[in-house]
Amino acid sequence: MLNVQIDGVWLQFPKGTRLIEACSQAQKFIPRYCYHPKLTAPGNCRMCLIELGMPKMGPDRKPVVGPDGKPEIGWIPRPQISCAQDVAEGMAVRTDSPMVQECRQGVMEFLLINHPLDCPICDQAGECRLQEFSVEYGNSSSRFLERKVKKPKNIELGPRVTLDAERCVLCSRCIRFMKEVANDDVLGFVDRGSFSTIACHPERVLDSNYSLNTVDICPVGALTSSDFRFKMRVWFLKETKTIDVNDGLGSNITVGSRENVIYRITPRENNDVNGVWLPDSHRLNFKYVGASNRFKLPQIKAQPVDWRTAIAVAAEILKAHSSESIAMIASARMTNEELFVARLLAHQLNIAPERLDVLPRTGEPDGILIPADRNSNTTGAKLLGVSASEPGSHLPGIAQGVRSGAIKVLICFEDATKCGMTAEELSKIALIVIDILPNATSALASVLLPSSAWVEKRGSLININGRLQRINRAVQPPDQARDDWEILRDLLTALGGTNSLNSIEEVFKLMAGEHAEFAGLSLSKIGDLGVPLSLTPATATLQEAAN
Amino acid sequence: MDFIHSIPWFLIFASLAKTIFIIFLVVLPMVSYTVYAERRVSALIQDRVGPNRTGFPLTLLGFKKDFSPFLGGLGQPVADAVKFLLKEDFTPGHVNKPYFWLAPALAMMPALITLAAIPFGSVLDLDFLLIPLGHLFGAEWGHGPVKMIISDMNVGLLFMFAISSVSVYGIVLAGWSSNSKYPFLGGIRSTSQMISYELCMGLSAVPVLLVASSSGLSSIVNYQVAHGWLLLPFTDGSLTLREILLWIPIAIAFVTFTISMFAETNRLPFDLPESETELVAGYHTEYSSMKFALFFLGEYTAMIAGSALIVVLFFGGWHLPFIPDGSRGGFWGAIFGFVNITAFFAKVAMLLVVFIWVRWTLPRFRYDQLMKLGWLYLFEIALANIFLTAGILAFT
Amino acid sequence: MAYIVPRPKLTFAEKMYLPSIVAGMAITFKHLKRMLKGETKVVMQYPEEKWDSNMPEHYRGAPTLVKDDHGRERCVACQLCEFICPPRAITISPGEIPAENKFAKVEKYPVEFKIDMIRCIYCGMCEEVCPEQAIFLRKDYAITGTSRAEMVNDKEKLYEMGGVFDGLIHKWNPKK
Repeated sequence: MLNVQIDGVWLQFPKGTRLIEACSQAQKFIPRYCYHPKLTAPGNCRMCLIELGMPKMGPDRKPVVGPDGKPEIGWIPRPQISCAQDVAEGMAVRTDSPMVQECRQGVMEFLLINHPLDCPICDQAGECRLQEFSVEYGNSSSRFLERKVKKPKNIELGPRVTLDAERCVLCSRCIRFMKEVANDDVLGFVDRGSFSTIACHPERVLDSNYSLNTVDICPVGALTSSDFRFKMRVWFLKETKTIDVNDGLGSNITVGSRENVIYRITPRENNDVNGVWLPDSHRLNFKYVGASNRFKLPQIKAQPVDWRTAIAVAAEILKAHSSESIAMIASARMTNEELFVARLLAHQLNIAPERLDVLPRTGEPDGILIPADRNSNTTGAKLLGVSASEPGSHLPGIAQGVRSGAIKVLICFEDATKCGMTAEELSKIALIVIDILPNATSALASVLLPSSAWVEKRGSLININGRLQRINRAVQPPDQARDDWEILRDLLTALGGTNSLNSIEEVFKLMAGEHAEFAGLSLSKIGDLGVPLSLTPATATLQEAAN
Repeated sequence: MDFIHSIPWFLIFASLAKTIFIIFLVVLPMVSYTVYAERRVSALIQDRVGPNRTGFPLTLLGFKKDFSPFLGGLGQPVADAVKFLLKEDFTPGHVNKPYFWLAPALAMMPALITLAAIPFGSVLDLDFLLIPLGHLFGAEWGHGPVKMIISDMNVGLLFMFAISSVSVYGIVLAGWSSNSKYPFLGGIRSTSQMISYELCMGLSAVPVLLVASSSGLSSIVNYQVAHGWLLLPFTDGSLTLREILLWIPIAIAFVTFTISMFAETNRLPFDLPESETELVAGYHTEYSSMKFALFFLGEYTAMIAGSALIVVLFFGGWHLPFIPDGSRGGFWGAIFGFVNITAFFAKVAMLLVVFIWVRWTLPRFRYDQLMKLGWLYLFEIALANIFLTAGILAFT
Repeated sequence: MAYIVPRPKLTFAEKMYLPSIVAGMAITFKHLKRMLKGETKVVMQYPEEKWDSNMPEHYRGAPTLVKDDHGRERCVACQLCEFICPPRAITISPGEIPAENKFAKVEKYPVEFKIDMIRCIYCGMCEEVCPEQAIFLRKDYAITGTSRAEMVNDKEKLYEMGGVFDGLIHKWNPKK
């Protein structure tokens, strides 16, 4: 450990700590534009200037000790940047001295020289470092009388990112991100002096699947999301901490919504899962939640009915058939709670394990964040016994049963036409479909029960690394659509099963009682960052967390 | 045929015509506009403007402009009446329905019936019109002058007292059948107040009967036509010592009678039965729509009947000095007959303004003060006044 | 401790009460007479007499939107007024100005701008917060309607009420 004096207080930091981080840990925030903890530090914004000193050395090359028993500090007369400096023994820092204040004021004034000050239009307003530091460290008025340099505005750097060069402070965060994290070195500076701007390399576009992370890390409004552009001011957005469900990693995200409409999804820092990044494909995949063709009312043979009738009819169908002729295709995108109640329902109906499975989804891993498993809760499905040990291995058997007529009722959480059955075969059996959007299977449903999308419900998921994480409700489900676990609970009750499940917390409690992995946990104890479960390697396929 | 000929057709038609004329053409409009006058005068007294907006919405009937008469607001009574008729007639669930429905009728009807004994004009002789009209149909329609009084009883004053005392039933029934505390208290107060002041009112009128030596209202008026108005005895052009002496008891009788009349009609300063600050609205708290309007109409009709009685007893009824009555016949006779009627209602209207004026000047009495005034002072004064009058009559 | 208030001694005339009644009626009659002669000042008779000419310069009536002297809507849909509005009377849907528009440099404009006059409390915060000098409280105060929908002023209505305001800046001008 190294002794460092920060604003007159001696503290200890491990070797290799960046000075800017050490100051942050000492509750002395140093403003910065170019520095990002996940990226290299080029030191080109000069915002993090501090006053630095080293111990005075006597003629014997030993530190001079002052009257108070501490070494005397020899201060460097010019300011130093703190982001590119590691701590050293005896180092001393002043983070708020008059010189530092004057330096920050000067840097802010330089940065604002060519800034267009179009905050009323700029999407970054409200979460803009330039605004924040201007208030905190800058001048209240401008001394700049000359013409501002005009730079190109509204340039599409890629399909999802728009550049406003006038607002750019040339911090190079985006350039470094594309080079170091996205492994797609497509951005760079062109031109010189005050005309210097960000640009793509000739004949290249910023089309990486991680391009929108540059928007996140851009400290100003230079890079903006083409999707979110001019849609809503950020201060109106209700931020809900939840989990991405597009793949097995379960990246931590924040959903920004206003008045029941989702406007954007941004990554949330969790260094055990996704670091601070999120693939574009995941963050833009929310439009279907607000689609107008969402199921809003329960249907019996495409006729809207009320819930009581729908549940009663579904229960009638299930009661009228023997347990050998019923199968269930659950989804590995359901939450643990839903899977658990589905499993209770399967028990109630005596559905044998070989007539119960989930639909596996896989794809090429991209080597950064996206794993091969594209289902968000495969681990949970396996753990709770809804999935076969190899997800999908029971599906051919179920398909065969449907074809041969052995299976007459299918409870479906997925599009069954993707599970090896044709629409013609499905039209011959009774289908109880629980889904949110129309598909080939829902069109054939005998009973259709509208459920909630992932941003409309609470629950827990287990990612591929065996980390239990929580999803939270950001918006309300449309009209009469309900939570899946409630639908399953009502079915269970109608079939004579338990009626003691009144809240999702109770479902979790019951589940924790039956599965030792969840022992001692509750939805609130999971927290925003999740907790690792101790699972057998058979259930969890471990993947190295990226950051 | 004899039977049909024996029926006094003319009497029936004349009485019907008089009844319809006085109730529907005079008293009911007068009630409406008294309410309006009440609001306007109170506003003027209180330095306000009052209802000055409601005109007649002729645009609804296809005209180009609404009609607002010169003062504005003259359409207000019509609008009020329409409002009362169109409002929901709500009967609360907790009331005693038969009596609840009967009460408004009992409040309204006595006031109207008392009008039968009021001589509202001298005589009217329309023969100059009826005889030629009858000739057109080949009939003989001339019947000579008709008295402008619906029923000329020789006990007219007693009849009025008798009938008006029935109206107390309306208020008692309303207060009791509403089955609610404020109406009940209002009804109780009203009953004792009306019974108390009826005594005093009756006694106050006795000196007038003594002087006129008749209890028929038309005889009283005729006496005043001959000898000058009782309160202004010089109107016949002469002033005798007897008249001057009699003026004292008559003035006392006038004051006590008027005060009793205020109490009888539940007007301020004696409006304790409905004192808003204590009893919400008194006995008609639970009433709405036209039933409430009937109470309202009854109250104002009673006011008009009371004013008419005061005019008859003290101000010479329809008589105006130097204006002859309508008995001379012909066109001018009819004109004078109508002038007499107009004079009568003009006097009544002036008294109504005094009623209103008093209302917006004097604060309400306390209940014990009201009772004390009635029983300990007015009653004794009225009683003593009778002896005073009798004494004067005996010695002059 | 009980405090005994001595009753005032009344003269016979006072006990009679009648003189006071006459005096009171004289007072009310004086008021009546002064009203009839038009000597008493009464309140403004609203629809016939109006405030308009006496309205102070700072009067806060209906909020409106203004255009600049080149006919461009000044509002850039920054939604600050929507944010500051205490009763949440303002609803804005922002949108992007198409590139072929001559004011394209401004980039953003309100596709929809609604002020619910049932909600508006005429506080003037929107005018105060507006960074573009686009929203002003005009002197309109007689704001009526026969339905809730009618009381919501849309963009056309707001510009019609607001008119033109000559400002300092031409944000759309590429030379500046």
